[in-house]
Amino acid sequence: MSDVRYIKAPFDEATARSLRAGESVRISGVILAARDAAHQRLCACLDQGEPLPCDLQGHVVYYVGPSPAKPGQAIGSAGPTTSGRMDAYTPRLLACGLRGMIGKGYRKPEVVEAMKQYGVPYMAAVGGAGALISRAIKKYTVLAWPELGPEALALMEVEQFPAIVVIDCLGNNQYEAGQAPYKKL
Amino acid sequence: MRELSVEKITQAVADLCVEACCRLPEDMRKAFATARDSEPSAVGRDILGQLLENADIAREETVPICQDTGLAVIFADLGQDLHITGGDFTEAVNLGVHKGYVEGYLRKSSVAEPLFERKNTGDNTPCVLHLRLVPGDRLRLRLAPKGAGSENKSMLKMLVPADGLEGVRKTVLEAVTVAGPNACPPMVVGVGIGGNMELCCLLAKRAAARDLHSRNPDPRYAALEDELLDMVNRSGIGPQGLGGVTTALAVHVEWAATHIAQLPCAVNINCHAARHAEILL
Ligand code: SF4
Repeated sequence: MSDVRYIKAPFDEATARSLRAGESVRISGVILAARDAAHQRLCACLDQGEPLPCDLQGHVVYYVGPSPAKPGQAIGSAGPTTSGRMDAYTPRLLACGLRGMIGKGYRKPEVVEAMKQYGVPYMAAVGGAGALISRAIKKYTVLAWPELGPEALALMEVEQFPAIVVIDCLGNNQYEAGQAPYKKL
Repeated sequence: MRELSVEKITQAVADLCVEACCRLPEDMRKAFATARDSEPSAVGRDILGQLLENADIAREETVPICQDTGLAVIFADLGQDLHITGGDFTEAVNLGVHKGYVEGYLRKSSVAEPLFERKNTGDNTPCVLHLRLVPGDRLRLRLAPKGAGSENKSMLKMLVPADGLEGVRKTVLEAVTVAGPNACPPMVVGVGIGGNMELCCLLAKRAAARDLHSRNPDPRYAALEDELLDMVNRSGIGPQGLGGVTTALAVHVEWAATHIAQLPCAVNINCHAARHAEILL
């Protein structure tokens, strides 16, 4: 694709707010990896007033549960998982400073409202392209809860990680805008 | 009587796990290429290109096409004249899943109990086994790993006869629309029509696991498959839900006899990682 924007993670506020639905991006830097169980535990920490295993400020979270790395690999296949399952936890984490999300699939209206409130974009990686995406992940370090296996909270070093902005902080939605011209029913 | 040892079954299942998870069937790969050439959406073309590249990397490096290597769904057609020796059949199959997923670096996504503890079993067992007794003295094993993104978008409607064909169309369109990007389109849509509640779901599952270019042998149902595919591809969903005409690569229909007052219809969506591998022992 012709217009690709190269950005750094963690995001500063200006970057997060400037991303627009439909833009193709390549992300380099450090991102968080978390899915269902890690989200549940992050929220349990908040409930109990315990400190989080890391400061979420500015971080981009990737919803992923990788397959095991073969010897010599940084990570196994690592495509996105369905974001909607994280919806119940997302607004609270955005309130803690989380500044970007990468996954696949639809989000609930409450999540979109929270994204608008905190200036956070939602991006999609190509679901099921785990072998290809893993090439953009250079290092995978478990941060907390290793007993969760592929669901542990982890940090990932990424280089030109490919994603498409699907919902921006103004609420523009590329799923809707992209599908409309082809809907012929 | 022909004999088959459980060790052979275990090894065959282990090999099928790796084969299915890492090597996308060639017909799927070709379908990505064909769709890329005809997809009018630029984003859609780009995504289909990435799926091709992904399938090639997975095949070359024997790594999973998708990290969600699913629950291992196994269709076993056991010849009634075959004698299985040396142990328990189900145990042998599960041992094969254990071996395949652990030694093959596949993701273990099975939790032992669904509601309270949800503790991972650590080896992707137990598998979901559908055993059928058939004539002959061979064992056919078909393994179709199924990830959650698409499986969670399954649908069952207990339609009634008056709902008819239109009811089936509506059910399929609703399932595909609700699934959208969550089921990683382009999809392969499995539709079950008839039977009762549980049989209808199994028909849909078998349909979703069929070879891409296979067609229902009944010409009326084959025509319905074409019609439903055309309908689904006019939904606008497109590759990854970002818009386009390639929402599904195939719609497969399986049907069975049903009750005078019933017309159950089930939809089981397979994502583009429509994985399956088969062996005849
Ligand atoms: S729906 Fe299929 S391709 Fe998508 S993440 Fe799940 S298993 Fe992988």
